[in-house]
Amino acid sequence: MTTSILSRPIHPTGLWAWLTTIDHKRIGILYGVTAFIMFLSGGIEAMYIRLQLAAPEQELVSPEIYSQLFTMHGTTMIFLAIMPMGAAFFNYLIPLQIGARDVAFPRLNAFSYWTFLGGAVMLKSSWFLGGAPNAGWFGYAPITSSAYNPGHGIDFWILSLQILGIASLAAAFNFIVTIINLRAPGMSLMRMPIFTWMTFVTSILLILAFPVITVALIEVMFDRFFGTNFFNVGAGGQPLLWQHLFWVFGHPEVYILILPALGIIAEVIPTFSKKPLFGYPVVVLSGVVIGFMGWMVWSHHMFTVGLGPVANSVFAVTTMAIAVPTGVKIFNYIATMWKGSISLTTSMLYAIGFIFLFVIGGLSGVMHSSAASDAQQQDTYFIVAHLHYVLFGGSIMALGSGIYYWFPKMTGRLMDEKLGKLNFLLVFIGMNVTFFPMHFLGLDGMPRRIYTYDSDMGWNLWNAVSSVGYLILALGVLILIVNIIWSVLSGEKADGDPWDARTLEWSMSSPPPEYNFEHIPIVHGIDPYWEQKREGLSTVPISGGSGDDDSHGIHLPQPSYWPLLASLGLFVSGYGLVYLSSSIGLVVSIIGAAITMVAVYAWSFEPVNDPDEGEGH
Amino acid sequence: MIQMKAKVIKGARILQEAVTTQHGTDHEYTTTGLNHRKLLMWAFLGSDCMFFGSLIATYMVYYGKSKVGPFPEDLFSIPITSVSTFVLLMSSMSMVLAYAAIRKGSLKGFRVWILSTALMGMTFLAFQVFEFYEFANHEVHFDCSQVGTGNLSAFEESFQNECIEGVTTVDGIHDSDGNNLTGLTPKTNLFGTTFFTLTGFHGAHVTLGVIWLLSLFFYSFRGGVTRERDLDVDLAALYWHFVDIVWIVIFTVVYLFGVFPGFPES
Repeated sequence: MTTSILSRPIHPTGLWAWLTTIDHKRIGILYGVTAFIMFLSGGIEAMYIRLQLAAPEQELVSPEIYSQLFTMHGTTMIFLAIMPMGAAFFNYLIPLQIGARDVAFPRLNAFSYWTFLGGAVMLKSSWFLGGAPNAGWFGYAPITSSAYNPGHGIDFWILSLQILGIASLAAAFNFIVTIINLRAPGMSLMRMPIFTWMTFVTSILLILAFPVITVALIEVMFDRFFGTNFFNVGAGGQPLLWQHLFWVFGHPEVYILILPALGIIAEVIPTFSKKPLFGYPVVVLSGVVIGFMGWMVWSHHMFTVGLGPVANSVFAVTTMAIAVPTGVKIFNYIATMWKGSISLTTSMLYAIGFIFLFVIGGLSGVMHSSAASDAQQQDTYFIVAHLHYVLFGGSIMALGSGIYYWFPKMTGRLMDEKLGKLNFLLVFIGMNVTFFPMHFLGLDGMPRRIYTYDSDMGWNLWNAVSSVGYLILALGVLILIVNIIWSVLSGEKADGDPWDARTLEWSMSSPPPEYNFEHIPIVHGIDPYWEQKREGLSTVPISGGSGDDDSHGIHLPQPSYWPLLASLGLFVSGYGLVYLSSSIGLVVSIIGAAITMVAVYAWSFEPVNDPDEGEGH
Repeated sequence: MIQMKAKVIKGARILQEAVTTQHGTDHEYTTTGLNHRKLLMWAFLGSDCMFFGSLIATYMVYYGKSKVGPFPEDLFSIPITSVSTFVLLMSSMSMVLAYAAIRKGSLKGFRVWILSTALMGMTFLAFQVFEFYEFANHEVHFDCSQVGTGNLSAFEESFQNECIEGVTTVDGIHDSDGNNLTGLTPKTNLFGTTFFTLTGFHGAHVTLGVIWLLSLFFYSFRGGVTRERDLDVDLAALYWHFVDIVWIVIFTVVYLFGVFPGFPES
């Protein structure tokens, strides 16, 4: 039966264990570490931006480099930092929260990670290979056409986004199937933890939104490589088509970034308020409604292109309407805290900070949901302020909350609370000092994406304040890094349930055994672990965290080389396609495609468990 | 009440047994009873709908917006494409028969029908290659006496300046190197760009499907396709039917609307 060319790694150790792992917990950690490094690299790009703008008429970076900086900062933070950070939590937590031993397709999961890593490395490597992309994270046509952008930067952008898209799609398929199909007995849909629910909605958004950007990127790619006319105005092509395709993807993408954050908050707040989540069904429903309505608002990114009063009005109304389910969630979180027994851990502080900042971002969002008002704000720093309040104040704050909350589960050690509170305080203050002045700058007319400004525009003060804010923020992130490293090495040991939490992942040792659950638990309610602890329902067997003890007789899927190789093939062919105009590029891209082909074939003929080799286990 | 609880717990224990013992096989326990891979395939097809939806939307947005010819009515031959469409639709039927055969455990029937499905898929692809080749080499031929009578297409009329003194028929337009100037390529106009991209990606899907079907065919000789593993065939069938359905949409929107009046030109 075994047709493997490479012998299967049964019990690899060291580096090989990580390269061939299909354990969702290890993949989650890989995702998290990679995303954090990418977050730092995006932060360094932001540093150059803030340094350049700290004072008027500076020449720290050239206009060309500045365009590359803001393009890479946006693309990095969205595709390489926030999305994969969410994926890290999906990977680590979903099987634990629904009572499963792994995701439905463990090898596909490994493939997702390695493909993501390949795309990330490829995008970042453009800095060293002739210049990074420079058309903004939205890459408006026809700035991306070869006539106006002859370098390879845009090619890197297109192809790495395609590779990242494959990674996201594979992961999303996996989580959809996992959540539908691997829930423990008794865990009906309306008993799933909110984080699992939001992952589910996010995954559905992913599989429906990414094909659209795939097609849009294919069209730009064909224009650049093969001289087609999609966005060639001379032949009748309409750059507006790009905007529609991009934002039909781009707006659901916004919810792809924020829904996991809303899920994390819904886990943290009840735990630290010692109350069940207020209005669980409504929170679920509003998440689903957000996911659905996220498809009806894309043209609010295009209010100023002249779609006409009817289109503008319709999209203004839908945009205002989508604030309702979002507001419902916020009220539910506040109501959960109401009269709760609140413990202000760092995680909880981040969650409260999230509510505070996300509401500010939401309110400025409602301001430019009015098309008339948006005409004044489009392309100004007001928008920059808004999007950072929802993405930093929203997503990043929630991810910070999640890091502090689940760190003990992942590492078996608590993070230092003193450093944590200092970290939170600096990040919170720094974030506000950096981004709040941008509201003033924007309303005063400062446009986005300008590399410098005249000293008599009246923008000097707030730009200087904003740059100081960056330093505070950076210091806060530095302390987070120190805290993580220190805590991994010598943090206080955590038991399985340091927070007296509600969901199933806390019912096992920290870190969890490789097989997660010795016995698959039986779920009776929304907060199964609380019920077990409070009501003495002994139907959730506590797994023995005995690590390598083989007495449980659980056979896990075995590690595999093929996902890694399939991703490697994509990575290689990505580079080949960038240089497709040369014959070497063509050869390299064919070699890469062949590697992927062979790996996928070998993968599909490789059984989940090798019956012969598994025995020695 | 307590008894009931005990019963529930006992039932769940049995479920647990199922979970622990059957993990990793084709018939493992799932919450919904649906197979993981089948669910994955449906999710993928949903995603692929958005892929083709975007391509078709692009085609429709640019319909009638080409500044130069050739245009759909100059190129499409509905009878020929109807034949290839028919072949592709029939391949869906033989796919069903292949699946039915393996469900009954008839390996021979499976091989016959899966091979005919793949062959019909290849026939469709051959038609597509032929069609692409024809379009790229399309030449205009018309009688100069027809100019201005309304019998010529807009594309042919655009070459009326070729009808100079002493020329009675136009037989192809070529540049000084003899290259045909009236063919359709992805570079020619918006129609060429969107047509080749849309039908090309559909063709790529069919190609992948043919490879998949042939893999199953050859794998059956190594004992890889059995009655117990009919899901492998089921998944390929799902994909194959989907690709067929997409073609029905393309045939209608691109070919039929392109030739017959009624599709609104904006």
